Amino acid sequence: MDNAVEVRDLVVERGKRTVLHGISCDIPAGQVTGLLGPSGSGKTTLIRAVVGVQIVRSGTVMVLGRPAGSAPLRRELGYVTQAPSVYADLSVRENARYFAALRGLGATEADRAITDVGLAQACNQLVGNLSGGQRSRASLACALIGHPKLLVLDEPTVGQDPVLRADLWARFHELAAGGTTLLVSSHVMDEAGRCDRLLLVREGRLIGDDTPAAIRARSGTDDLEEAFLRLIRQLDEVAA
Amino acid sequence: MSLHITLATAGRILRQLRHDRRTVALLLVVPALLLALLYFMYDGSGATFDRVALIMLGIFPFVIMFLVTSIAMLRERTTGTLERLLTTPLGKLDLLFGYGLAFGLAAALQGALATGAAYWLLGLQTTGSAGLVVLIAVVNAVLGVALGLFCSAFARTEFQAVQFLPVVVVPQILLCGLFVPREQMVGWLEGISNALPLTYAVEALAQVGISADPTSTMWRDLVVVAGAAVIALVLAAATLRRRTP
Ligand SMILES: Nc1ncnc2c1ncn2[C@@H]1O[C@H](COP(=O)(O)OP(=O)(O)OP(=O)(O)O)[C@@H](O)[C@H]1O
Ligand SMILES: [Mg+2]
Repeated sequence: MDNAVEVRDLVVERGKRTVLHGISCDIPAGQVTGLLGPSGSGKTTLIRAVVGVQIVRSGTVMVLGRPAGSAPLRRELGYVTQAPSVYADLSVRENARYFAALRGLGATEADRAITDVGLAQACNQLVGNLSGGQRSRASLACALIGHPKLLVLDEPTVGQDPVLRADLWARFHELAAGGTTLLVSSHVMDEAGRCDRLLLVREGRLIGDDTPAAIRARSGTDDLEEAFLRLIRQLDEVAA
Repeated sequence: MSLHITLATAGRILRQLRHDRRTVALLLVVPALLLALLYFMYDGSGATFDRVALIMLGIFPFVIMFLVTSIAMLRERTTGTLERLLTTPLGKLDLLFGYGLAFGLAAALQGALATGAAYWLLGLQTTGSAGLVVLIAVVNAVLGVALGLFCSAFARTEFQAVQFLPVVVVPQILLCGLFVPREQMVGWLEGISNALPLTYAVEALAQVGISADPTSTMWRDLVVVAGAAVIALVLAAATLRRRTP
């Protein structure tokens, strides 16, 4: 299969407002796809549609050949929500073991995921007592357990220092090399360059869906942040 | 549903509880302290204490577990853990039964302590056995858990969740026959009382008070309470949506 996720004409309304206006895109398997866009542009909403927890108005989202959210998919998916969704009143290890148990896995897999995100030292600490960055890594660890085929990460690197961010991105690429598909949202443009492919969202519409190199070439600049701005300006000129 | 996941979930909830020492202490000690308060209130009138304390042994776990569960479930919702859980192989019933099991166990411990204190320290006397009182208390606690899970679906905030206590729990306490014998209520009130599950729990406890052996009325009442708990759990599952707006 070439595409892990296929989104067609996806329209989502949240609180009487249309938040996604007919998005269509493909997310290739075994690659890291970045989902970028300004705050409030609809990244989390698109991600929620892919993991199957968002009520959609119309359109389809197919994941690994099945409708998003269908029961067999739940074994293949690792999801990190934007706000760290781990239990603050459990230790890192207790959290990881619980999420491992949900997949029928044991302590070994849980501990490996904790080590993978660099939290081995803090594994007996209560999540509530962790720093913000540590907490979001604890949340990430719980999604990595059991090598899901599709990893959907909503801003997983927020609050991490540059060294850790580089480590995490290296880990993402390792996973992709092993066949995992990753969808990673971010609004830090310097992370865009680390992705194999980019989806650029603005106000609920897709304004770019290409490799970073192609986006740089199309907008005539090497700086992805500048490229994004130019794409927006071009669209505004067309609209005007 | 999967037994493995249900047990893992119950274990996780109990572990959360264990890290919260103060809540554990309150859960275990408060009912016994309140019974002691009753003991001194009804100083010298043993029969009234026996009647009221017996009923309280059923009402405390119901109220406490209702509150604890509503808040716990609301937290799952607001912190995003629920959203995440619903993208894993966990079934809705795994989660709900996990809560029922975990807080049911906590209630068994609480019920045993409160009942033990009532009989040994405060001289509670019943014709029937203390073991039945604990059993009824646990079934009542599970009813509280189930109603708490169901109600938390309608609450967006902690303030709203807490407001369900006066709406769902207090009328059941008022109409269960503790304050006014049910036969003396006007017809329509008695009708409402008949429809409320706590009424049956209180009747079952009263049966333990007056009869040496478990009566068929007591068993029937217990089945009604357990049935109500199952219905509330099923309703809670029906209102728990994987997809949200
Ligand atoms: N529960 C909700 N009810 C109503 N509107 C919502 C809800 N959640 C989000 N929205 C709106 O939907 C739009 C898209 O939100 P979304 O969370 O997808 O943005 P985002 O791109 O993830 O932003 P950020 O980078 O800040 O996380 C926003 O305008 C937001 O106000
Ligand atoms: Mg977001």
